[in-house]
Amino acid sequence: MTDLLAARTQMALSLGFHIVFAVIGIGMPALMVLAERKWLKTGDPVWLDLAKRWSKGTAILFAVGAVSGTVLSFELGLLWPKFMEYAGPIIGMPFSLEGFAFFTEAIFLGIYLYGWTKLSPTAHWWAGVAVMVSGTVSGIFVVFANAWMNAPTGFEIVNGLPTNIDPIAAMLNPASFHQALHMTLAAFATTGIAVAGIHAWMLRKNPQDVFHRSALHVALLVAIPASLLQPISGDISAKFVAKYQPAKLAAMEGQFETERGAPLRIGGIPNEATRETPYSLEIPKALSFLAFADLDAEVKGLEAFPEEDWPPVAITHFAFQVMVGLGTLMMLASLWVLVLWWRKREVAESRPLLTFLALLTPAGFIAVEAGWVVTEVGRQPWIVYGFMRTKDALTPMPGLVYPLIGITLLYCFLGVVVAYLLWAQILKTKPMTQEMRVP
Amino acid sequence: MTLAYVLAGVTMLALNAYVLLGGADFGAGVWDLFARGPRAARQRAAIEEGIGPIWEANHVWVILVVVLLFTCFPPVYAHLSVALHIPISLLLVGIVLRGSAFTFRAYDSTKSPVQKYWGRIFSISSTITPILLGVCVGALVSGALALPVGGDFLATYLRPWLTPFAFAIGGLTLAVFAFLAAVYLCVEVHEQELQEDFRRMAIAAAIAVGAFAGIALLLGSRDRLPVMGSLLTQPWALPFQLVTAVLAVTAIGALLTRRYRLARLAAAAQVSALMWGWALAQAPYLVPGVHTIESAAAPAITLRLVSYGLVGGACVLMPSLWYLFRVFKSDSMSAFERVDTAEYRRPKGE
Repeated sequence: MTDLLAARTQMALSLGFHIVFAVIGIGMPALMVLAERKWLKTGDPVWLDLAKRWSKGTAILFAVGAVSGTVLSFELGLLWPKFMEYAGPIIGMPFSLEGFAFFTEAIFLGIYLYGWTKLSPTAHWWAGVAVMVSGTVSGIFVVFANAWMNAPTGFEIVNGLPTNIDPIAAMLNPASFHQALHMTLAAFATTGIAVAGIHAWMLRKNPQDVFHRSALHVALLVAIPASLLQPISGDISAKFVAKYQPAKLAAMEGQFETERGAPLRIGGIPNEATRETPYSLEIPKALSFLAFADLDAEVKGLEAFPEEDWPPVAITHFAFQVMVGLGTLMMLASLWVLVLWWRKREVAESRPLLTFLALLTPAGFIAVEAGWVVTEVGRQPWIVYGFMRTKDALTPMPGLVYPLIGITLLYCFLGVVVAYLLWAQILKTKPMTQEMRVP
Repeated sequence: MTLAYVLAGVTMLALNAYVLLGGADFGAGVWDLFARGPRAARQRAAIEEGIGPIWEANHVWVILVVVLLFTCFPPVYAHLSVALHIPISLLLVGIVLRGSAFTFRAYDSTKSPVQKYWGRIFSISSTITPILLGVCVGALVSGALALPVGGDFLATYLRPWLTPFAFAIGGLTLAVFAFLAAVYLCVEVHEQELQEDFRRMAIAAAIAVGAFAGIALLLGSRDRLPVMGSLLTQPWALPFQLVTAVLAVTAIGALLTRRYRLARLAAAAQVSALMWGWALAQAPYLVPGVHTIESAAAPAITLRLVSYGLVGGACVLMPSLWYLFRVFKSDSMSAFERVDTAEYRRPKGE
């Protein structure tokens, strides 16, 4: 394994690990705040119980998210020091603001988790709101920094060095808005669907359980709007990629030839050697329409770019298919729930829907991982699109396979432990109010 | 005084806050490891209660330091990341294990057979991590990072930090963190027996701080480190050392006479004085022999915007931090504390 591949793998693993916890850190506070609000309004202990049990799980997940995020802030330098030296002054601004937002989130999460008996119920609820807002804002700022890597603006290159820096323009680059929107919606949709799925699974065994019914209801309140808006946000993103990163779009779609009226490919296995994507279902002209709102628009294929500028085509295409497919399933589940609600029927009584939701529990997380593969692998071979190649940013430190092995073992261990704890300490234990409610 | 100097000062302030707050959380983990005798379980419970609600917030100070460094002084961040790749990687393992194991222990059932291992991992990583942090600082201070990067592996990536001096600073860091933790715990626990335990720990740690500082000074003079020269010859050096000494004596004296609040104040001031002594002795260099504050500074516009960001951020951060510490660290209990849970469950007063 080359040092470059080891470093890229380590970065992918670290980001892929952290993002699960980051997404939960954004999504869970919304659920806890909604449940606690219900408790404040109704005084029904089932809501308090729910907020408390959710916060127990969030505490475990947030801690792992905080430390794995710390790892990333160092790893950017450990693996890509030349990138950070180049980009630090340009995109340090969103990172600094993210620092403060995350700081606020950590402070109020501490207050929320440990303050149940130390604050008035209303003050406690507001602490939860502060966690939710600062967590969301902190995610948005991080995505701004990543967006700059896709749409680098706010500087000029003079004698090979970035000059005339404008950090505000860099922060508000053309990719910022749609990437931040897509990621924020993803965080809420993913968390909402995952929590709904877990409680739907419980309801399959006992559909009358008030605790799980309440939990499912709140989770769906968060999941439905986010997963219905996500396709629209995805469309905005696709149009951006078509305009600013045509090579990435071509890889996402397995499009090798430049053509007018390009088809949308569902499935298929891109072959870089033969420059074809066989075994795909082609919808005529749909790609041209989706990318440029014109059935006959010209879509640039990979052949329009030198091969050294191609991203890994098969990975990007496959990841894109997975993301869109799972996003569609999540949207369908949301529509199904809405239909039942509209007909005034209980979600908990539709066994097929409960099964569908339960099966979708990991869907959002897989979609998020796949989406980041599209963004990051699809940007290769660039670390700063069009300006700096990933290989030129690499640290001179040799033997990078060893830290990769170390971090892989560490994160596998943590992943197993977290899963075990959530299962043993939360899922397996009975809610306090359950005995009182369920005969 | 340019903006670059101001921001270097702010970065140092953030590091200072990390040592006083986050450092003490690591120090508490050290005492968890050394909890002995009939009250060991109660000592551990007091430690857990002391750091539980605040360690995550305290930890963010180090992230702020990193972010300020790569935004305002990017070549320094890049240089340190390359030259200290190995100790920083090990440090990160310690940070990850400390935080996760602490949380796992807090949320795992006490009946669980693995629960006691979380405590072990928490306390061992709390002990090793400060040493590694100190080793990084020691390697930086010693001027050994001035070597050209990319040469011989041993000379570039191992020798600069595998030195007695760097490990003496590592030991000093561990002692300082343990000292701060024990002094804070003296104020925070209310049982007299526990207070006496932590007082003994604090005095032991204070002696260790003195010992490691002495060893570091001796090794530094033996190796003729430039930083030692400024610590002895600069005009500010003598008064500064006098102040540090007075603070150290005050802290010990307050511990001996059981004036814990004074001890806490003096200990925090003494540790801050140590850190600023280092900063002054090394200025204007950020990496001795390579990067100065001015030479490594980002363009003026970046510095200006970051300073606006810092002012804005501080306006959110400071009240939030004040609230956090008021909720969990104030002596007067708030009205809602110790309210029976059953009563708390009925907010409408049914």
